[in-house]
Amino acid sequence: MSTPPTTRAQARPEAELEAVRKALSSAPRPARSSGLQAGLAFGWRGMLKIRHVPEQLLDVTITPVLFTLMFTYMYGGAISGSTSEYLQFILPGTLAMSVLFTTVYSGVALNTDMTKGVVDRFRTLPIWRPAPLFGAVLGDCVRYAVAGSVVVLVGVILGYSPGGGVGGVLLAMLLVVVFAFGLSWVFTTVGLMMRTPQAVMNGGFMALFPLLFISNAFVPPETLPSALEAFVDVNPISQVVTAARGLMDGTSEFGDVALVLGLAALLTAVFAPLTMRLYRTRG
Amino acid sequence: MSAQYPLAIEATGLVKTFGETRAVDGVDLAVRTGSVYGVLGPNGAGKTTTIRMLATLLRPDAGEARVMGHDIVTESDAVRSVVSLTGQIASVDEDLTGRENLVLLARLLGFGWSDARARATELLEAFGLEEASAKLVKHYSGGMRRRLDIAASIVVTQPLMFLDEPTTGLDPRSRNQVWDIVRALVAEGTTILLCTQYLDEADQLADGIAVIDHGKVIAEGTPGQLKASVGGGALRVRLLDPEQRPEAERVISNELGTVHLEADPAALSVSCADADRAAHAIAELSRAGVRVADFSLGQPSLDEVFMALTGHPAEEEPQDEAATQEEQAA
Repeated sequence: MSTPPTTRAQARPEAELEAVRKALSSAPRPARSSGLQAGLAFGWRGMLKIRHVPEQLLDVTITPVLFTLMFTYMYGGAISGSTSEYLQFILPGTLAMSVLFTTVYSGVALNTDMTKGVVDRFRTLPIWRPAPLFGAVLGDCVRYAVAGSVVVLVGVILGYSPGGGVGGVLLAMLLVVVFAFGLSWVFTTVGLMMRTPQAVMNGGFMALFPLLFISNAFVPPETLPSALEAFVDVNPISQVVTAARGLMDGTSEFGDVALVLGLAALLTAVFAPLTMRLYRTRG
Repeated sequence: MSAQYPLAIEATGLVKTFGETRAVDGVDLAVRTGSVYGVLGPNGAGKTTTIRMLATLLRPDAGEARVMGHDIVTESDAVRSVVSLTGQIASVDEDLTGRENLVLLARLLGFGWSDARARATELLEAFGLEEASAKLVKHYSGGMRRRLDIAASIVVTQPLMFLDEPTTGLDPRSRNQVWDIVRALVAEGTTILLCTQYLDEADQLADGIAVIDHGKVIAEGTPGQLKASVGGGALRVRLLDPEQRPEAERVISNELGTVHLEADPAALSVSCADADRAAHAIAELSRAGVRVADFSLGQPSLDEVFMALTGHPAEEEPQDEAATQEEQAA
């Protein structure tokens, strides 16, 4: 290899270099960002990605529509005797299902992110260390809200009328999103342990499917064999559905809601630090 | 700052293993504040792993290092507040636009919204990216991406910058642009740790070089010292007529000592660092009637240095594929 000298003709014009020098020397040094500012900045990053590729919201909009339509019209007559009555029963269930399936996405997105060079930059910035993770999961909560709203909208179009009124519905959505926030940390942990996004997706759905279906979301548990009924009763997803159903029907009990909030806090307390640890030490 | 920490990087015995592979096997480094320090070596030599440890991305298995006076393990937070990293694969978000990348980083580094936007604009203009500012980075050319990457590294100018193979895969024009930017950074007082597999890049930019191979520093010094360690300079002569080589050999060996006959039947070389004596030898050739096509007096290239140090050329593909993959996976 020869070493040709850098001639003036090859070099950038002096004026441009001058601009680089100026940009360097004018660099202000603001005070270190707060954890909140950094976290929100990462949430903003998530929003920008949705704005650039809005199609990625299709899976959180179309799937819930399909779920709601299919369950209402296929099983309505068989389970409740009429579709309209069944709709009243399952809408809180499809709400929970649609939102909770979306939580797998948090793990998939994080796993994908880790393969990119930009994560190295984030991890060498002087910022509150969990900010990239909290920001991403906060951004994901917007997806959860979208998925939840779609389900409720479809339900209302089909004739759903909540006993708990608009306020009850909004509180139920909020509750489900809060639980989804907690559950997201399970999947971000999985996302950092698995090798490929595909594996995270498969593993996530494989774990969620039985939990969601062997719950009180779609059938009254009294009709189940006793062993199954016992499982349904302790299944945390059932707790979420029960609490959401109570809020939407206007028959909510404080204990149900508190239990779900406690579960969300527990999941966050266990899996957020675990995610953080894996994020910090991964390669 | 330079007075406070005469050494920007001080590493002793850094070790990092991935499974069976000792990617970094006892690396010592001493990088003076304000200098450009080149870490030179082929793919898989352990350069990236070394940088990742110094930038607190990887925890060393053994050894210790201080960056601007801060321990990379026990004071990693302090280290992160004085370094910036431009990684081997571009450290920008390709799903965002160039402007969004810079605004995001400015926000993360504590700028308010309007200051963040102003800083992004200033950097986009300085790096010739204002036209592409609203395009997604995934549609950028390699040179643009690299410029954005460096711009992202100086949203706030840190005292120490890690540049991991900043010109790999760039065309000569983009490479020269990056070199000029690096020189501007140095002129502003930034210390740079530059990893490269290009010898001329280290030669062009670095004040000091560590040659690294199989996870170990095998030589260290200024570019000049490294070249000198392989035997000073050499006078190379190529003749118009190969028939005259025995005569040329006699004349030159009288003047300068043992002559090396090259594979080219018209060429010969002799080790010589003194321009006056070399000129005298050329004059003697002319006087003896030996016709010279061309001649050169120069230091050995860093290619020759690498060859002499490692016994294999620098461009050679790594023999241990696993080591490279481990390093990239990390």
